[in-house]
Amino acid sequence: MISQLTVFLENEEGRLASAVRTIADANINMQALFLADTSDFGILRIFCDTPQKACDALTESGFRARLIDVVCVRVDNKPGELANLMDYLNDNNINVEYAHCFISGDYAFDVLKVNDASLDVKLAAAGFDVCKPEDVYVTD
Amino acid sequence: MFYQPELETMPREELEKLQLDRLKKLVKRVYERIPFYKESFDKAGVKPEDIQSLEDLQKFPFTTKQDLRDAYPFKMFAVGRDEVARIHCSSGTTGTATVVGYTKNDLDVWGDCFARFLYAADCDENAAIQVAYGYGLFTGGLGAHQGGENAGCTVLPMSTGNTKRQARLMHDFEVDCLCCTPSYALNIADVAIEMGYNPAEEFKVHAGILGAEPCSEAMRKDIETKLGIQVFDIYGLSEVMGPGVACECEKQNGLHVCEDHFLVEVVDPRTLQPVPDGEWGEVVFTTLSKECSPLIRYRTRDISRIITGECECGRTFRRMDRIAGRTDDMMIIRGVNVFPSQIEEEIVSFPEIAAQYQIILTTKGTLDHVELLVETVPDFPFDEVRRLEQLKKDLQKALKDNLQVAVDVKIVEPKTIERSEGKAVRIVDLREGLH
Repeated sequence: MISQLTVFLENEEGRLASAVRTIADANINMQALFLADTSDFGILRIFCDTPQKACDALTESGFRARLIDVVCVRVDNKPGELANLMDYLNDNNINVEYAHCFISGDYAFDVLKVNDASLDVKLAAAGFDVCKPEDVYVTD
Repeated sequence: MFYQPELETMPREELEKLQLDRLKKLVKRVYERIPFYKESFDKAGVKPEDIQSLEDLQKFPFTTKQDLRDAYPFKMFAVGRDEVARIHCSSGTTGTATVVGYTKNDLDVWGDCFARFLYAADCDENAAIQVAYGYGLFTGGLGAHQGGENAGCTVLPMSTGNTKRQARLMHDFEVDCLCCTPSYALNIADVAIEMGYNPAEEFKVHAGILGAEPCSEAMRKDIETKLGIQVFDIYGLSEVMGPGVACECEKQNGLHVCEDHFLVEVVDPRTLQPVPDGEWGEVVFTTLSKECSPLIRYRTRDISRIITGECECGRTFRRMDRIAGRTDDMMIIRGVNVFPSQIEEEIVSFPEIAAQYQIILTTKGTLDHVELLVETVPDFPFDEVRRLEQLKKDLQKALKDNLQVAVDVKIVEPKTIERSEGKAVRIVDLREGLH
């Protein structure tokens, strides 16, 4: 499991800017950022260095932020890698709450939010390259 | 504990004799000294001598807030300026402020009324009380202050604001009782918890005498749990005196009206006819012993009822129920009568939602539109959109089912809703054609 920084944002002008400015001011580098939006709020999901420090900086600035455990699988940056992973989940009846992918260096990183605390062990046993926090970001 | 046992537990018959005696003198006095009452009694065809029993008061005309505004500033005073010891004003956010004067004796009576309930909360000369109502023209601060002094307590005159300091001193000075508005008590509790205290365990405070705004049963429980106290709902309004007109005893089953000083009636707000005990209506007060600003049948606009039966605490003063709303706070939304307290009851039944909220009324097309801003509690798992959407849907359904009004719930970021340091602004009415 790795830590994803999740921030609740109102759909108001300047909230996203203010959130990333807060992280920038704390001199923290981000690897990836995803924004899920609904009609009146957004959920910002971030992978960054020292996530606890980033979370504290946001909370101190009045944001509702918390760290969420997610599974991250490293795959080769080539066609079919994500499909293989999804097939495995589908075959094993594992429900995905949400997922996102990003590319860093020569690899692609597939992030999964599931309600199964042992998924990383299962995936590793099935031969997937499950990331440790230090594979993705500088840990706290 | 009783502060004035001979009065607070006086047999009803004796109490009613005292009331009638005071009422006769009062009616005569206002007729002679306040032109407004002479005119209003004459117009209604009643004379002071018509008071032969307490029921005879029902023949007399009411006094309204507008009457007090029209008397601005001092036309309702029954004493000369040399006898006026202090002046308070109602907040006056709408229209002219209403001015209330107090003689030295009035202030003493007020202090005694408040002190009775400090004693009910087990606070005597050994107790320290923290007054976190605003000090000034508003009656909360100085009313509680005087009550504390009359009861012999150690009084900490904090006023509102500087909430971290409120929490720190409550801890360091081993305060026994907090006096402020319920929303501010909750704010102090939250700030204390944020500062790393566990007030329920680490603070000596055991009671809160909270008033000046409505407090739902669920909000009361929230305050009681967080601070580890018993909350006593206190009632009063500046026009009648200030906090201490009525208050709960340790049984927390209705507010004992200080009937030696105030006659309470409950009337139907439409017909203005008295309703039987136990039925809801508008509360009307007559001040029996006030010297400077006496009132005959003052319509408070507060909705309550008389609780029938005797209280186990031993006080013989009748009890009124906790205020269910105000006739002028009542929102008419698409023709449906809605009190903010009803919305609050629904909100607090959701543990995922924090106690702060704001209702925003606007006009969409030709219809009223209600938006309710709420915050989730800090540990809510907001990472999943589904959970937030579900919470929103559940709350909307609960409001629709219980209020018959469609409410658009909006979950907002923490601290978006202004924290209260006095009376919280719960309703923002931006509807067209109302102003």
